[in-house]
Amino acid sequence: MNPATTMNPLRRELEIVAAWIQPGARVLDLGCGDGLLLDYLVHHKGVTAYGLEIDPAKVARCMERGVNVVHADLDKGIRDFRKDSFDHVILSQALQAVHYPDKLLEEVLRVGREGIITFPNIGYWRMRFQFMFHGCMPRGPALPFAWYNTPNIRLCTVRDFEHLCASLGIGIVERRLLDRAHHSHVIMNLAPNLFGEIALYRIQREVA
Amino acid sequence: MVSKLPADSVGLVTQHKAIFEEPLSLDCGRTLPRYELVYETYGTLNRERTNAILVCHALSGSHHAAGYHSEHDRKPGWWETCIGPGKPLDTNRFFIVCANNLGGCHGSTGPATTNPDTGKPYGDDFPVVTVKDWVRSQARLADQLEIKQWAAVAGGSLGGMQAMQWAIDFPQRLRHAIVIAAAPKLSAQNIGFNEVARQAIMADPEFHGGRYYDHDVSPRRGLAVARMLGHITYLSDDAMRAKFGRDLRGKMSYDFDEVDFQVESYLRYQGQQFVQGFDANTYMLMTKALDYFDPAADYGDDLSTALAGIECGTLLISFSSDWRFAPERSVEILRALLDNEKPVSYLEVEATQGHDAFLMPIPRYIEAFSAYMGNVARECAP
Repeated sequence: MNPATTMNPLRRELEIVAAWIQPGARVLDLGCGDGLLLDYLVHHKGVTAYGLEIDPAKVARCMERGVNVVHADLDKGIRDFRKDSFDHVILSQALQAVHYPDKLLEEVLRVGREGIITFPNIGYWRMRFQFMFHGCMPRGPALPFAWYNTPNIRLCTVRDFEHLCASLGIGIVERRLLDRAHHSHVIMNLAPNLFGEIALYRIQREVA
Repeated sequence: MVSKLPADSVGLVTQHKAIFEEPLSLDCGRTLPRYELVYETYGTLNRERTNAILVCHALSGSHHAAGYHSEHDRKPGWWETCIGPGKPLDTNRFFIVCANNLGGCHGSTGPATTNPDTGKPYGDDFPVVTVKDWVRSQARLADQLEIKQWAAVAGGSLGGMQAMQWAIDFPQRLRHAIVIAAAPKLSAQNIGFNEVARQAIMADPEFHGGRYYDHDVSPRRGLAVARMLGHITYLSDDAMRAKFGRDLRGKMSYDFDEVDFQVESYLRYQGQQFVQGFDANTYMLMTKALDYFDPAADYGDDLSTALAGIECGTLLISFSSDWRFAPERSVEILRALLDNEKPVSYLEVEATQGHDAFLMPIPRYIEAFSAYMGNVARECAP
C-alpha cells in the first residue's frame, strides 16, 4: 500500500477515467501497467479491482503496490472472467496494441456493464500533417515509437472507432478529448477527429 | 563443503521438536495417540507475533528449508533461493517456520517411529495421512508457538497445496496463501506416475510389505527407480536435452550392465543419492497424500465453492515449462478465486526448468515473489 498516492502522479487522462468510476465499484483494468490507476481507485474509491498485464516486470510492480494483478495476454482473451462480473472495464491506451480490437471490445462488454476506452487518435491534425507533408508514419507524445518497433499495431481515428462501435451495437455514453498538454478545448467538440489527440470513451451495450 | 557461508544465507541453523500428547483424528478414520513435529525457524518473531510465515514442504522436502546444519554441509536447505536476508521470504522482516510433515522421515512422527502399541516401528501400519491432516497438525504447532495468524502460508508443489488447504480450513489464521507450481488436484497422468513409483518400491524384494525395518534392510533399488521416474517429471524435455542431449559417457557398450548415456548416469546418481536420506514408506505416504488432495471434493466437486470462504489474499505462480503442474492448473485456481471476487495475483514465469523451477533463482520469479512479500511485510508490520 502506498498511502502517499494522490491524484498528482496520475496523468490527466487517468484523472478523467477515475472520475468516471463509481465508489465501491468492481473494476477490471486491461493492460494495467504498473498499477498506478488501480492503486488510486482502491485507496480513494474503495473499489474491488483486478488488473491484467502482459509484462512480468510491471506485474511485479503491481504486486509491490498490493493491487490484484493477473499476468495475461489480452490477445488470448479474458475468458477467465465471467459475464457481468464488473461494473467498469478499463482499456487505457491498450486497444491499439491488441490483434483483435473488435473482439476485445465485445469481451469488454461481456464481462463489464460499462467499458472505458482510451486511445491515441491518429486523425489528430498533427498526425495528418506529418503524414501529408513529411510522408512519414506519424509520431508524437501519444505515439512515441517508430513504425518498425511500435506496439501500437491497430491505430484508428475517432471516426473509425465510432463506426466500429456502431457496427458492433455498442452505444457511446460519453466522449472526452484531450490534446498533448492534456487539456480540453471547445474546438475539440466541434471537430473531434481533427483536434483531439487522445480520445476517451464510456461505452455500453446498446439495448436492442 | 562450504568453507564460508554465503552472506545472504540464514547461516547455521538448528532444529526444534514440538510434542503433541493430544490424539489427532485423521481423515482415514484412525487416530494418532500422540505425535511429534520437528521444525526449524529463521528470523525473529516480532512482539505482536504478526510476522510469522509457515513454509510447507513438497514430496521429498523436509523441515530444513534454509541455511546449513554445519559448516561442512555440502548443500543448504531446499528453499535457500527464497529464504534469507533480502530474499523473497526475507528473514530480516519475517519469522519463518518450516516443519517436517507427519509421516515424514526427517524426525517427525512417521513410519519409522516406534508404535507405542507394539513397541515396533509403524512401518506399513502408519496411517495414510492427507493434506488436511497435515494442515490440522500444523495448526497445533501454530498454537504451541502462540501464532494466532500467519502473515502467510507458502509452498511450492505439494507445499502450495497445503497453503491452499490452510486457506480453506483455517480462513482466519492466515493473511496470505502463496501457492507456487501447484494444482487444485492431480490429473490421471499425475496419479499414474505416483502409482508407478509406488509399484517400483513394492516390487523390491527388500520392501517386505513395508516392514523392512524389522529385517534391517530397505528397498533401495525400488525407491531409487521411483525417484528416477519422479525426477524426469520434474524436468522439462528442453532442460534434459540441453543438459544431456544424447551424450555418451564413453562408447556404446552393447550391454545392459554398462551406463551408456549421460542421462542414465545422472538419473542413477540422483536415485542413489536420494535413497541415502529418504524412507520408502514416507515416499509411499507422500504420493498418496498428493493423489488424495482434492479440496473441491468436499464442496460438491466445485472449486469455486471450496474457495468461497477463504479470507486471505492469494499469490499464484506457475512456470511455463512445468508439465507436472502446468500453468493451466494454476489458472484453474485463479478462475475459482476470481469467481468469488477474492484478492489474487498471478504470474506465469517463462522458464525452461520444468516443475523444479520453483526451487531455482529465476530473476522474474524472485522479483515478483519479493514484490508481493514486500507488500505482505508492510501489511503485517505492527
